[in-house]
Amino acid sequence: MLIPAMILGGIAVVAAVGLGVAARVFHVDEDPRIKGLTDLLPGANCGGCGFAGCSACAAAIVEGKAEVNACVVGQTEVARSLADFMGMELVESGPQVACPDCQGGARATLKYEYGGFDDCRAAMLFFHGPLQCDHGCIGLGTCVRACQFGAITMGEKGLPVFDPNRCVGCGACVRACPKGIISIISETTKILHWNLYSECLAPCRQKCPAQVNVPKYIEHIKNGEYDLALLTVKERNPLPLSTGRVCPEPCALACRRQTEDEPVAINYLKRFVADWEMNSGHRLHIPVAPDTGKKVVVIGGGPAGLSAAYYLRRLGHAVTIFEQMPALGGMLRYGIPEYRLPKAILDWEIQGILDLGIKARTDVKLGRDFTLDFLRVEGADAIFLAVGAWRDRELGLAKTKPAGVVSGIKFLERFQEDPSIRVKGHAIVIGGGNTAIDAARTSLRAGAESVTIVYRRSRDEMPANPVEIVAAEEEGVQFHFLCAPNRFITEDDKLVGLEVLGMKLGEPDPSGRRRPMPVEGSEEVIPCEQLVEAVGQMPDLDFLQHDGMPTLPTTRWTTIDAKEHTLQTDVPYIFTGGDCFTGPGLMVEAIGAGRFAARSIHFYITQGEIPPIEHRQTNLVPDSIFDSIVGVAPLPKVHEQVVVSLEDRLGTFKEVEGTIDEEDAIYEACRCLNCGTYCYDHDMEMIRLQAQEEAAG
Amino acid sequence: MDMLLLAIGAIFVNNILLAQYLGNCPFCGVSKKLSTALGMGAAVTFVAVVASMLTWAVYHYLLAPQGLEYLKTLVFILVIAALVQFAEIFIKKQSKVLYDSLGIFLPLITTNCAVMGIALLNIKHGFGFVQTVVFSAASAAGFALAILLFACVRERLFISPVPSAMRGTAIALVTAGVMSLAFMGFTGMTN
Repeated sequence: MLIPAMILGGIAVVAAVGLGVAARVFHVDEDPRIKGLTDLLPGANCGGCGFAGCSACAAAIVEGKAEVNACVVGQTEVARSLADFMGMELVESGPQVACPDCQGGARATLKYEYGGFDDCRAAMLFFHGPLQCDHGCIGLGTCVRACQFGAITMGEKGLPVFDPNRCVGCGACVRACPKGIISIISETTKILHWNLYSECLAPCRQKCPAQVNVPKYIEHIKNGEYDLALLTVKERNPLPLSTGRVCPEPCALACRRQTEDEPVAINYLKRFVADWEMNSGHRLHIPVAPDTGKKVVVIGGGPAGLSAAYYLRRLGHAVTIFEQMPALGGMLRYGIPEYRLPKAILDWEIQGILDLGIKARTDVKLGRDFTLDFLRVEGADAIFLAVGAWRDRELGLAKTKPAGVVSGIKFLERFQEDPSIRVKGHAIVIGGGNTAIDAARTSLRAGAESVTIVYRRSRDEMPANPVEIVAAEEEGVQFHFLCAPNRFITEDDKLVGLEVLGMKLGEPDPSGRRRPMPVEGSEEVIPCEQLVEAVGQMPDLDFLQHDGMPTLPTTRWTTIDAKEHTLQTDVPYIFTGGDCFTGPGLMVEAIGAGRFAARSIHFYITQGEIPPIEHRQTNLVPDSIFDSIVGVAPLPKVHEQVVVSLEDRLGTFKEVEGTIDEEDAIYEACRCLNCGTYCYDHDMEMIRLQAQEEAAG
Repeated sequence: MDMLLLAIGAIFVNNILLAQYLGNCPFCGVSKKLSTALGMGAAVTFVAVVASMLTWAVYHYLLAPQGLEYLKTLVFILVIAALVQFAEIFIKKQSKVLYDSLGIFLPLITTNCAVMGIALLNIKHGFGFVQTVVFSAASAAGFALAILLFACVRERLFISPVPSAMRGTAIALVTAGVMSLAFMGFTGMTN
């Protein structure tokens, strides 16, 4: 009995001693903090953080490879306790949720019968995905099964529907999707994102200079989700009230519906949701990232400056706008007349941007009141120069301008400052752009007996919005096409007429418009007492000559020079964009430039360098432009809402056009084909909605 | 030739998993991914060979001379447990990657009946030392083979339309049964 016990005991002792020695010899230093953190983590081992389980995540946090908020399941609460444990400060990021990027889904079944495994990955593996395009949703719901939190359901259109309240952003669906169309997106990534050629982009999305996701917000309107529609717009465009009124809709020029029908009235819809928010009495909540402690100064409170300020603020930076005029808004306020964009509406819109925590200083002019070096000394980490194009070009017909001659922007600006100014007698406006039309329509409203627009090319070459030209014609503005101003006729230094010279159109110039050629001996005189020169604008860059300014290179078009792909100037901390970079352009282009500059500035002040955007979409994808479409029947476009009759217009600056009502908005939204790069909805959607209505009614 | 037959017999005919149904816990637990299964197979092979050598020595030089053969089960458990603990400490130090991928299953080898079974079979068959090494390595290789095949099957099973009641371990056990039937085809190839 003794011997077996001794042998057994002996083996045990040898094993114990051996293990003890081994533990010492092969000791691995393990940070006690790893265990502490592991205990604090939820223990779901879901891998959403990107590490192999909770203890690996804890180790990564200790090594500094992961943030304390890496755990996607525990979110803020766990992050806070982890931060306390590590003695760190918690840096919160915005909420991150999964977003699909496909509009297709069930409409693929129009093309294919699929009878394989009920799994996207299997379908992808064996059949390379049965659907009609390379990046569309297969619709077999693998992501639904992958989600441990029940946040994904298969919608009736065959696309997964995500519940943002249940989504924890763990990324299980992203890994499960073989098509790579789901991504975990935070507010920050949304702001920093630019269209890529690899994405599914409807033609309107490709064309919009601000890259607004048009089909998505129209889809929300169709579903009556006006708040989501507006938030979709505001991801890309902080000024929907203003753009909804004055944007000439470059997107509609690309609308796929117009091959068979009129384009969708995209801007009416944007205006509808923007007005819906304003009339609802309360503002939608816009998420803002926690403060980063970085300061950015925006010079110029126009659309580019406001857009940059808005997105930089949402990225968590402290932003101050410096504006030379008494109020913010730039050309929106001083260049666009009240009857197109009421200033009370503009004020409401700008206030919403300032409410995010943006400071604004008005009546301060760069060069006169402060310098760029001063801003730098005051602690600005970056400066965004968006001073616009406020200097009028001049014809130079006379060395000194006779009384009664004024330039376009000055003329409109004066009305903004004092709307009670009257225009007496006959007025002439020289030019064919929007400023010329605005000046003409303003003159009519201010009491001019007659207004004549003198333009040296024909109507087809006019750069003004066609809608505006029609409105001006309706209101009684006369047009003198194909004649160029030659000289002022003056009496006692007062203007009494304009001598014009007839023109004919010659060969197209580099811009593609036919060059006007003078016709000998065709001079005639148009009598007038008031003349507005609206022949173009350019940036006023005189401030660069002052002391205390770094040397900024300019171009021969009097614009600030900067790198096209970053908007960064030769002085690394100075960025530029909008009209002072491109020359006079559209408001929506300035808004796009503002966000692009915000992206560059964000990377510059947080990382020091600006990563290039691979495959950035700049031109229209040729394959996405169709000559014709099938399965779409013409459907009349919703009517514009004229609220001030023609007779009443001349005496008032009241807004001419109204907003479409809810019924019209939903009708118009249903005209949208909800396009992707290659796909679009057939009228079946329409038919289905009508059937639903009939069933309900 | 005898050794070759012994090895083939251990790998295919008397496959420790599919013919003798030993070592089922890791078979079901670690076979969801091919890479993990590979690590597990390697770990079992290593432990089984070393454990067999050690238990063979303990049996023949310690227990048998004293007439204590009846203690072999108890002693083997002790020896194998200590060995696995040692292996765990060793792997943790030497290969973090392998340690991470095997995770909680390393301690599981402590109570792995495949390892224990191989050690006891060596004694039961009365093998010499060389035969013990060959038989242990072959049996463990059979285990590795089975778990690798099974992992491949399960990776495909994961994307197949399995009725929800049968998903996971249920279908795995059914599959294991079918694989076992397939291995019965080897019966009679060796004695």
